[in-house]
Amino acid sequence: MSENSKQLLTGSQVAVMACRDAGAQMMYGYPITPTSEVFSGWIQNDYPYLQTEDEVAAGFAVCGSVLAGKKTFTATAGPGHVLMQDALSMAEGMRLPFVAIVGQRGGPSSGTVIYSQQEVILACFGGNGEGMRLVYSPANLDELYQLTIKAFNDAWKYKFPAIVLTDGYLLKASAVFVKPKLLANISIQAPVAQSANVHLPSIYTLEEDLHEKLAKDKKDFDSARQYLEMAEEYMIDDAEILIVAHGIVGASAKQAVQDMRAQGKKVGLFRPISLRPFPKKSLNFVLTKIKKLYVVESALGQLERLVREEIESDFSVQIKSLHYPALGIEPEEIVKMVNKN
Amino acid sequence: MNQNNLSKFCPGCGYPIVLGLLSKILSEKGLSGQAVLGLDIGCSLLAINHLDINTFQTHHGRVTPTMVGFKRARPDSISLGLTGDGGAYAIGLQNLLWAAKRDEAITILVINNTLYAMTGGQTAPTTLKGQITSTSPHGNEEESFFGPELLKSLVNEKAFLARGAVNDPKTLSEYLATAIATQQAGHFSLVEILSFCPTNWRTRGADTLARLNSLKETYKMGII
Repeated sequence: MSENSKQLLTGSQVAVMACRDAGAQMMYGYPITPTSEVFSGWIQNDYPYLQTEDEVAAGFAVCGSVLAGKKTFTATAGPGHVLMQDALSMAEGMRLPFVAIVGQRGGPSSGTVIYSQQEVILACFGGNGEGMRLVYSPANLDELYQLTIKAFNDAWKYKFPAIVLTDGYLLKASAVFVKPKLLANISIQAPVAQSANVHLPSIYTLEEDLHEKLAKDKKDFDSARQYLEMAEEYMIDDAEILIVAHGIVGASAKQAVQDMRAQGKKVGLFRPISLRPFPKKSLNFVLTKIKKLYVVESALGQLERLVREEIESDFSVQIKSLHYPALGIEPEEIVKMVNKN
Repeated sequence: MNQNNLSKFCPGCGYPIVLGLLSKILSEKGLSGQAVLGLDIGCSLLAINHLDINTFQTHHGRVTPTMVGFKRARPDSISLGLTGDGGAYAIGLQNLLWAAKRDEAITILVINNTLYAMTGGQTAPTTLKGQITSTSPHGNEEESFFGPELLKSLVNEKAFLARGAVNDPKTLSEYLATAIATQQAGHFSLVEILSFCPTNWRTRGADTLARLNSLKETYKMGII
């Protein structure tokens, strides 16, 4: 698809195009709804791939391929996302640019098959580590495209695993997509180059060594935060009430804000685009003027947990929530909730 | 052997013998630069800086799929996975079976010392029937596990499967060389290596060797 041309595409088709435009050369996958179409879409383009025996193999093959210096990714969901945490933990520990597109299908167990926002904590903090990953939550097809490309570039630049956290509603929905102008991708280097004689550990015999390694990783993560934190702030200048929502619920909340503004209510939206690192600085800046905050999500408080953790302790903002695990949230429901409280 | 790093293996361990032979073959064939050694968990991870070749650690049972990814990304590499019997035949079996079935051009080296050594001598798939371990205090009730024989029914006819032993370095070297040549020809290879673990066997000198030799009654040497 050429730049600026219009086409009716599904989210999965947009995701595949974005991976290719990001320079991805290889995909490992195991079919699971709702990300199977990302896999089959990639394959139908005759791009290199391997269907593995399970998500564990797919995840570790991504690690191996990345170690060899190839931009490689996978796509998974729900129980597959759980299995993938083993490889993601290794990627986090070894600082490998592992990229995954995750279509949330909720849980516990096998969840549903299409939609939820219940894989936020798993994506951000899954594994026996400290959550040093990049997790981006797109609200529409344009963002799905841009954030997927950004996930590859940021992962290879900062050497942290990156997850594009979406859902089946966005992946399966069709919409008119206009391809933006392509920017150059960053150049990459193989972590294990031929004859480099590198010795990369994933385990540390001495507690002091792991302690030191984590201190360095944290320093790298914290210093990259300013370049990675992303949020959409909408109608916040005079807002007294703030809605916080991410992904497609964020898109719904934006419509709700427009509807409430038409009723004369001073409502604004804060939509974290990077869930990890969370846009802490901008959230706290917005909060200086806010009296009441609503967290709206298709989960039982996973986003709310992130929000509460990031709010500076000197704010005494009142937090209310609309938790709809596994269900989509219409703008009308958000308006109703705000009007009721 | 990397002279700047002291061996991390226990005194009397069989792993350094395998690594020494491997290093010699790679060096003689001029393949050290292309070689990449992936390590599973357990004692294999101690080989992290044992050889002057590219080396990385992975997770328990996961060296095989990691090497699959590496080899497919860089077909001119010599991708070697070093693992114990638990990593290969218990937690990593599913991935090993499929790598073998797909005829992935990688080489897997399985150290069979009949127990989980690093974690303190627990029962492994290769533990002999009746053998006492920390998780089989009344003797292992299971029959032995024959990895190369199991894979035989799955692999391509040009794949290479063999079982050697650390106290027969000449034959083991031949197997390692053939395994690498098989990978270069684009096929899967696996060498299971009977090895000793005096730390967990609680044996000394002659007893260690005698026990290793007695294992050959159950685990037949040769090309499978």
